[in-house]
Amino acid sequence: MPILVNGSAVSVPDDPRVSLLDLLREQLHLTGTKVGCNQGACGACTVLVDGERIVSCLALAVQYDGREITTVEGLSQGDALHPLQAAFVEHDGFQCGYCTPGQICSAIGMAGEIKRGIPSHVTEDIGAETIAVSRTEFQERMSGNLCRCGAHNGIIDAISEVYREDRDALERFAFIEEPAE
Amino acid sequence: MTPFSYSRADDAARAIDLAGTSAAKFLGGGTNLVDLMRETVERPIRLVDVSGLSGAIEEREDGSLLIGAGVKNSTLAAHRAVRTRYPVLARAILAGASAQIRNMATVGGNLLQRTRCTYFYDNEGARCNKRAPGEGCDAIGGFNRIHAILGASESCVATHPSDMAVALAALGATVHITGAGGARSVALTDLHRLPGDRPDIETVLEPGDLITAVELPALPLAAQSTYRKVRDRASYAFALVSVAAALEVKDGRVRDVRLALGGVAHKPWRATKAEALLMGGPATAEAFRAAAEAELADARPLNDNGFKIELAARTITAVLSELAGANA
Repeated sequence: MPILVNGSAVSVPDDPRVSLLDLLREQLHLTGTKVGCNQGACGACTVLVDGERIVSCLALAVQYDGREITTVEGLSQGDALHPLQAAFVEHDGFQCGYCTPGQICSAIGMAGEIKRGIPSHVTEDIGAETIAVSRTEFQERMSGNLCRCGAHNGIIDAISEVYREDRDALERFAFIEEPAE
Repeated sequence: MTPFSYSRADDAARAIDLAGTSAAKFLGGGTNLVDLMRETVERPIRLVDVSGLSGAIEEREDGSLLIGAGVKNSTLAAHRAVRTRYPVLARAILAGASAQIRNMATVGGNLLQRTRCTYFYDNEGARCNKRAPGEGCDAIGGFNRIHAILGASESCVATHPSDMAVALAALGATVHITGAGGARSVALTDLHRLPGDRPDIETVLEPGDLITAVELPALPLAAQSTYRKVRDRASYAFALVSVAAALEVKDGRVRDVRLALGGVAHKPWRATKAEALLMGGPATAEAFRAAAEAELADARPLNDNGFKIELAARTITAVLSELAGANA
């Protein structure tokens, strides 16, 4: 089965050593997704798989046949930025921009996790059905995405604004399933 | 990365057939194995993908919970029964790694992840008995702030990095295994070995053995449980010390207790000495501190990690006090 990348079918690579990240960048030339540490520590390579965020550097592409991958290129509509991309510009959510595609994909995945009621390390009532969203929750949930420019405050501002005012734009890409029972 | 072949198994028996050799590895989420292969610390010739197997969580009539080895860390932490009946497990998982990695990593893979000792990872620049038996250990005389204080040996001072496994140790979990010789089970606390003179042999698994599930016993006590992780930053870092605990107090005395430590040893460390001292005794901060000190009496500091002994004692005391509603 092919891998679906932003809606297009892509063949699984013959060499099982090819990571999902390398497939995206080197073979499909979708260079929005960035190589940072290449060891799962920085989040620059974050993409969405069936709406869930993962680090594509530690994913072998062969494991993802039949799955739907969304990268930062799949978020905008033509030249129209996704609302979260626009909010990153508005709130200075970056300086160099290298971590930005990973931050944006990660934030979308995060919105889906909150929608599904998945708690985090800072969730006080871990048994609660719904998550009480707060800045602290966003900070903890985004801790897998590092920004060496230190734009974290702007990043959280941008996410908070879109989460508050245009949540559907986030959840649209985070395919919502029923929570596991 | 050394070349390897890849295949996917439809069931456990097929996975074991496909593996066939000790030079093969089972692949879960790949979050540790792929990294180690890229560093050429791991060089399997064959990967058998078992990430699609055993993905169910089953609540059984006797109150136990059967967790498939292929269940994702994030799925397990989000499961209602885990959050309400075993909060220590949900909290431990959520304290580990990042959301992205928890979405990939499996239960079986979490148990079998390798140490994050930097000398173990440094394939070209450091000696490591775990990586190359008999070569020597550069951590013992090196920078060993993150290393073990309990159960270490002259061969190895590495720690087991899992948070989830510490909670499972406290809960008395059982690990289900299928191998060439059929199915068997071992206590989670017996799965991992202390290093001794063979730190390269990390578990009691035989070549070709596949972890198929982890079982939690019905344990009403566990509804009053929690996990505290002390680390160098507020999120996304391995534990310096962590504590998993469940506590039941009646009339000011400890009616039942479970206690395990992470970040201190080559395996998740069930604190049986402390538990024995605590049982039936007063549920006070003083008693908690005394039990912690008894557990840590055999702790041996290296050059840089002596602080872990006091840190562990204080964290145990604080966590038990929190659960007892007492003042630490």
